[in-house]
Amino acid sequence: IVLRGCELRNTKSAIGVAVYTGKETKAMLNNSEIIYLSIFLVTLCTVVCISHGVWLIKHKDELDLIQFYRKKDYSGSEVENYEYYGWGMEIFFVFLMSVIVFQVMIPISLYISMELVRVGQAYFMIQDDRMFDEATNSRFQCRALNINEDLGQIKYVFSDKTGTLTENKMEFQCASIGGVDYDNGKASSEDGGIEYSSAQVDGVTLRPKMSVKVDIELLNLSKTKDTDEGKHIRDFFLALATCNTIVPLTIESSDPAVKLIEYQGESPDEQALVYAAASYGFMLIERTSGHIVVDIQGERQRFNVLGMHEFDSDRKRMSVILGFPDNTVKLYVKGADTSMFNVLNNSSNTNNNIIKPTQAHLHSYSSKGLRTLVIAARELTLSEFQHWQSSYESANNALMGRSNLLRKIAVNIENNLGLLGASGIEDKLQEGVPEAIESLRMAGIKVWVLTGDKQETAVSIGYSSKLLTNEMTRIVINNNSKDSCKRSLEDALGVCKKVKNGVSGAVNSQLALIIDGSSLVYVLDTELEEQLFELASKCDVVLCCRVAPLQKAGIVALIKKRTDDMTLAIGDGANDVSMIQRADVGIGISGQEGRQAVMASDFAMGQFRFLVPLLLVHGHWNYQRMSYMILYNFYRNAVFVLILFWYVLFTGFTLTTAITDWSSMLYSIIYTSLPTIVVGILDKDLSRATLLKHPQLYGAGQRNESYNGKLFWVTIFDTLWQSIAVFFVPLVAYWASNVDGSSLGDLWTIAVVVLVNLHLAMDLFRWYWITHAAIWGSIIATFVCVMVIDALPFLPGYCKIFVQYYRPNDIQIAREAEKFEDSRVSRQVQIEMTRFRDPLTQLV
Amino acid sequence: MSSGDAALQSSSSKASKKPTYSRFTQQELPACKPILTPELIMAAFIFLGITFIPIGLSHLSASDHVVELIDRYDEDCIPVDNSNSEAAYNKRIGYIQDVKTDKTCTRTLIVPKKMKHPIFVYYQLDDFYQNHRRYVKSRNDEQYRNPAADHKTAHCEPESMNNDNQPIVPCGLIAWSLFNDTYSFSVNGNSLPINKKGIAWESDKTHKFGSKVYPKNFQSRSLIGGAKLNESIPLNQQEDLLVWMRTAALPNFRKLYGRIETDLEANEMIKVVINNNYNTYTFKGKKKLVISTTTWIGGKNDFLGKVYITVGGICLFIAVAFISVYLIRPRPLGDPAYLSWNLDPASN
Repeated sequence: IVLRGCELRNTKSAIGVAVYTGKETKAMLNNSEIIYLSIFLVTLCTVVCISHGVWLIKHKDELDLIQFYRKKDYSGSEVENYEYYGWGMEIFFVFLMSVIVFQVMIPISLYISMELVRVGQAYFMIQDDRMFDEATNSRFQCRALNINEDLGQIKYVFSDKTGTLTENKMEFQCASIGGVDYDNGKASSEDGGIEYSSAQVDGVTLRPKMSVKVDIELLNLSKTKDTDEGKHIRDFFLALATCNTIVPLTIESSDPAVKLIEYQGESPDEQALVYAAASYGFMLIERTSGHIVVDIQGERQRFNVLGMHEFDSDRKRMSVILGFPDNTVKLYVKGADTSMFNVLNNSSNTNNNIIKPTQAHLHSYSSKGLRTLVIAARELTLSEFQHWQSSYESANNALMGRSNLLRKIAVNIENNLGLLGASGIEDKLQEGVPEAIESLRMAGIKVWVLTGDKQETAVSIGYSSKLLTNEMTRIVINNNSKDSCKRSLEDALGVCKKVKNGVSGAVNSQLALIIDGSSLVYVLDTELEEQLFELASKCDVVLCCRVAPLQKAGIVALIKKRTDDMTLAIGDGANDVSMIQRADVGIGISGQEGRQAVMASDFAMGQFRFLVPLLLVHGHWNYQRMSYMILYNFYRNAVFVLILFWYVLFTGFTLTTAITDWSSMLYSIIYTSLPTIVVGILDKDLSRATLLKHPQLYGAGQRNESYNGKLFWVTIFDTLWQSIAVFFVPLVAYWASNVDGSSLGDLWTIAVVVLVNLHLAMDLFRWYWITHAAIWGSIIATFVCVMVIDALPFLPGYCKIFVQYYRPNDIQIAREAEKFEDSRVSRQVQIEMTRFRDPLTQLV
Repeated sequence: MSSGDAALQSSSSKASKKPTYSRFTQQELPACKPILTPELIMAAFIFLGITFIPIGLSHLSASDHVVELIDRYDEDCIPVDNSNSEAAYNKRIGYIQDVKTDKTCTRTLIVPKKMKHPIFVYYQLDDFYQNHRRYVKSRNDEQYRNPAADHKTAHCEPESMNNDNQPIVPCGLIAWSLFNDTYSFSVNGNSLPINKKGIAWESDKTHKFGSKVYPKNFQSRSLIGGAKLNESIPLNQQEDLLVWMRTAALPNFRKLYGRIETDLEANEMIKVVINNNYNTYTFKGKKKLVISTTTWIGGKNDFLGKVYITVGGICLFIAVAFISVYLIRPRPLGDPAYLSWNLDPASN
């Protein structure tokens, strides 16, 4: 889809289909009330023209005498009609005329004021300094202007992980080596590390691109080559530096004597580990398929890579077999803790001494949200190595089932390992993410994390961002076929029911669903979707891992198809674009990963945590303001039209308007528009602090509390009775009196303007000086306009309504009408605010 | 260190897009936040109630002081029985359209209470749709105002040109249908003068109708709508016309005929001689003669007073009801325990 504002270049011709137009535009999809209003309008017009027709037929005989229908000149022989086209045509003309007279009903001005209000709201969102990102120096951006109010109704947030929740910077945090926890948090010093984290090559100093905080104790220990401890540590770092698939690249720096080494690889964890090793003086300098060059604390060593077993998701570990310069052969293995402890050597005593504390450290690391890896090693005997080598080569040359064979070999050799230690890598969360997620969840927003990362990573991030907690019941779905998928979905639903029913008294009834991309393949776009939706909607947290970009969009669509709830997608990378476009509201993080997400988004911001002020504060305000404004606009126009309509009933259904045409025109432009717009932009029902303190208040938007069918009809009813009061009180008061049309018309004009402006004033939450100016200014402007309109001789009705001796009457009635409304409005507001619903509604 | 800091700041401030802080942009303008507390509402209702009821009472008493005489004469001033039959209807029309018959009619009114001057004399027409769209539009204000514009008769059809294609001044159906009944009053044999000066709006006389525009070719066609005008008097002096041209808002309306500048005592007999010329019989409208005094609320009007009293009463009633509800089930305002999520422990 080529979105609005896109440019096609270098294209000679393009064939396009416009989509999301007409009925599918947001305006049409959202405003079914427009249809009601049209029906209302047509009803009014029909009533008028039918009554007119009835009137014509009833007075058929008298029509001959009515000069404006018949140009009868009794002196002449011929009798011609004067602008009388038969009652059929007359009705038709009356209908058309009434459409013109009543067209104020269809709130075209509403769209204009809505646009203005949205611009104003966007201005305030952009200007909000709490959503300014210092790090990237970027403001909040509004890229779409028509969905401000949707921000107040979000029910689902789909978030990318990398770069959105996290900063996409892995950082080596701590290590447990030989059963000792080296947490460089306690004694960190970069200066100590830097002198060792460089290497001289041909007179050029090489330095890793990023340095890691170094634990001095550990660093010093690593320099001691003689002790057992030192050896262990050196082994550990060597494993970190070698057991990976990282390719080092040297890049020029500003200083010609210094070159930076940048490590590139598919896994950011490995990058972090290699950078960490380099900081401790184990700098990976060169890697080819045959050998690895590592600078070990200033001493360059070359290792032959004899074999490598790459990571796969069954083994969940990788290993490398290195030939040392002294002809020993060592196997280094690195992997997830679950897979590693099974292949450790349990018989050795030292190993057993290490395992226990390491496990304890691992537990504490992962509870801190660190990503853990366990590193182990074994020296291979020659026979072992030869045995392995022959089978490795034959497997490598095998044509069929090569990967299976390789895996078997790997499993064979990766056993009886000596534990070296474990590493803790922090996938750094963005600032304030756990708090933000907490707030969003309290606000009743379901946060789904969709990530391309593997499950363990996703889960650990889930924990560190407080998305997952230990009390939650986790439902994991990992399947490779449709049938098993179906089964596990059914099981999961069963679990779900059990938890929800059986544990009603227990503390924990929260569910977390973790599903991976390969299962989603079998679920999305099949009949299983329904089950997944059912399951997911029961779960409080959904984590999807290993999902492809298109699947992200598929998941968003899964929700959008089945509910009317608003969805929001937030992401930073190109792989989130499809999701961002699919969701009702798309938010791009203007982070490291390029601009595609921002370009596709509706809003762009610097940090995930800005979502909280955006939704809870601005979203709430925008929603509340916009919905009030829409309702108020309906009310305002309908009151006016109804007054015109009631008058028509007293003019032989001929669409005479007591209110001058100019006033009808200016009504929605000058008399009443400014206060609406000001209120739409500025009114705040609650302060920022309150909204942030009670995120649950956001639920008002999700439940459509400020704008729904019931409120719409209440408004229409309100309109009906207020217009009756405003119209009929003066009418009855002036019945059979010597008031003329334009005086009474002006009285109605002023009464209705004062009425609607006061109505607005009573519904206001906050009075700024701007609001005061707008409301009282509008009323004054109305008086001025009415006087000017009447004073201009070419406009109908030159009258100084307020200087004649009817003066007390006019003012009395205007005041009376207003007061009448006042008391009523205040009554209504009162009922809502104090919630004495039952007794008082009956009274009123 | 401080210099480095400053340099850092200056470089960042140069490029920074951070929004400049102001209370306006952060939406923190000072504001008054009225909250409708029960006390406030009760006070407001009670206040409304106790102000409206006296206003209503004073309206009623003022209206009560107005002495108003209404006499419907269209049925009695015609020698035809007032049945609804076709024949009677045709007879009535025949009578009123006959130029030759003398249509004077004498009515006697008794003053019920002392009437202080000025006493206003109105004629009232019922079911006369002076607000019919086609009727209202059938005028040309420019012609009435500008002596050079007598040929401007747009919108005046069919009363724009006479049979010789000369423009009619004033043109249009409104002027054409000018009311032409006349009244003359006498008390105890002494004629009672009616002041017909100053019955039209001042602005009509000075601005809307020209002082140099004289009636021309008026009522010169075969169909006569109503009164004829003296061609030597400019339009802005023809106050009856001016009153008539200010079209009524509603189908039942009164128009000022003149003022009686002397007091009338109670039980005095007023003899009114009516020239019953105006044809309301074709559309079955009614004609009434109204003699009324005024007070500060205008003419006799009980409606407003009643509305005030009703609204005031409702306000008081609501206030009382509200107070009782408030006493039975008070709710402390702003108590966070009442927030919906605090009420419902299951949701947490």
